[in-house]
Amino acid sequence: MQENNSSGAATLVPYGPLSVSDRLAKKALRNFKERVIELLLLGAAFVSVLTTVGIIWVLVSESVNFFRNVSIWSFLTDTMWTPLFAEPRYGILPLLAGTLTTSAVALVVAIPLGTTIAIYLSEFARPSVREVVKPFLELLGGIPTIVYGYFALMVVIPMLQLLMPELSGFNMLGAGIVMGIAIIPYVSSLAEDAMRAVPMSMREGSYAMGATRLQTAFRVVFPAALSGILSAYILGISRAVGETMIVAVAAGMQPNFTVNPLEPAQTISAYIVQVALGDLPHGSIGYQSIFAAGLSLMLMTLALNLVGHVVRRRYREAY
Amino acid sequence: MVSVATMQMSEQPVAGTAVQAGTASGEARNPNSSETTARTGAGVPVKASVENFSFYYGDFKALKSISMPVHEKRVTALIGPSGCGKSTLLRTFNRMHDLYPGNRYDGTIRLHPDNTNLLDPAVDPIEVRMRIGMVFQKPNPFPKSIYENVAYGLRIRGERNRSVIDDRVREALRGAALWSEVEHRLHDPATALSGGQQQRLCIARCLATQPEVLLFDEPTSALDPIATASIEELIHELRDKVTILIVTHNMQQAARVSDYTAYMYLGELMEFGETNQIFVNPKRKETEDYITGRFG
Repeated sequence: MQENNSSGAATLVPYGPLSVSDRLAKKALRNFKERVIELLLLGAAFVSVLTTVGIIWVLVSESVNFFRNVSIWSFLTDTMWTPLFAEPRYGILPLLAGTLTTSAVALVVAIPLGTTIAIYLSEFARPSVREVVKPFLELLGGIPTIVYGYFALMVVIPMLQLLMPELSGFNMLGAGIVMGIAIIPYVSSLAEDAMRAVPMSMREGSYAMGATRLQTAFRVVFPAALSGILSAYILGISRAVGETMIVAVAAGMQPNFTVNPLEPAQTISAYIVQVALGDLPHGSIGYQSIFAAGLSLMLMTLALNLVGHVVRRRYREAY
Repeated sequence: MVSVATMQMSEQPVAGTAVQAGTASGEARNPNSSETTARTGAGVPVKASVENFSFYYGDFKALKSISMPVHEKRVTALIGPSGCGKSTLLRTFNRMHDLYPGNRYDGTIRLHPDNTNLLDPAVDPIEVRMRIGMVFQKPNPFPKSIYENVAYGLRIRGERNRSVIDDRVREALRGAALWSEVEHRLHDPATALSGGQQQRLCIARCLATQPEVLLFDEPTSALDPIATASIEELIHELRDKVTILIVTHNMQQAARVSDYTAYMYLGELMEFGETNQIFVNPKRKETEDYITGRFG
């Protein structure tokens, strides 16, 4: 072989050398193709950016019309939300209170349960058990929220009424509990991923010190995964704040300014549903109010995402 | 089968010496043999004895009927090519294998003086790990402060007294030659330390609970030469206080730090003896080939 090579390397190459112009032409064609594909990919990426920009533009431009009629100050401080009354008042506080109360109830359910499930699945469950439990959790996440809404109305609230006979047929407690159940899968699966990402060497280090499984899970794995677990919580909060159908069906459509979960109330999202269903004439101030409400909701979620981002960076462990 | 003279161990800890004849002749061979002579030989008690130990990963027999002594307050090195089972043997001493399903073993490892069989199913692996500490290949500090890393073992043993914990943490960090570097930042995260410091922190973490035996699983393979030298120096200082077993790929390291060496190949113990004898005058051809670099 070596002798062959030295005598005539060209004979080993199956095709002859290209002329300079041929090579340049090939290169130009290749460059053109790459460019086209790159542009297509860029276009695909821009679909999401454009959608977001479009939504923000619609929300802001319609809200501007709304705020021409209602001052931002009264929007933020008025404690009444009565767009349907003869003398309408547009204070976001009752809707905000409803949103935060139902979300708080949901988190009281979802965070402890979701965390416990995550710790169990990641640190304790045998693979065979995990194979069974995980699909069920995913199924829980796939149930349409309207089904959850009626589950709250027909099952959970009647059960709560057995304990508290005074309870109204629509209330934030029942809606919040069911909303919590609905977001458990989001919290648990993200938190579990975070804990399973903790390297085995960390667990071995703990076991080698004579720690039990419980000590290893709570003192080593949980703190190591804290940044991911907190992100899971924040995603859960975002989902709870934006959740619509469960609260629209089960929390009652009354914009009461209260943080008592035993009372009925309306959330921002539920109000938007109500208007979208056609209770208010198109183009009226009341109609425009849904954009102001939607903008408030979006700003809340945006703020949560930012907090999540900061938390992730603050608690990230390098391992 | 293993056919080394030193395998005929009796139950008596003291009788488990490596090569009785090796000591006297070792003096002539080794320039710093006065130290070596004192460290090996007939009088060294046995801390742990491995007897007919076999290990299976599923159907694969990874270790074949290993028997060897581990001498008290001495450094025993396990050497051999990759896949020879030296880490598997090391991880048996603190029952690390119990964490993973599908591992099976038989035989005994007796820990003296109480003659506890570490492998007895009735012996709680947590009890075993309380007595035998381990330092891993890659430094694995916990995501806690330097102080809390060292205090970890005490806390999981239920120690609540702050001044006791403070004292033991300081003592352990001094023992691991880390105190002067971290005394002013005990509450900084452990992950802020360099690789070599992290590994010494992991050693301090073990020392805090005063283990009887320390296992080192290639403790310097992820470290640079300077950090490696500091770990080796530390092992040198620790060998008078605690029994040490070390797995290493680096033969020079084995020669530098250990008093006894076991050469393993394909799951068998080929030769066990004083490090001096193994490196200068190996009994078996295979050992010599490996040590001289002709193989492995």
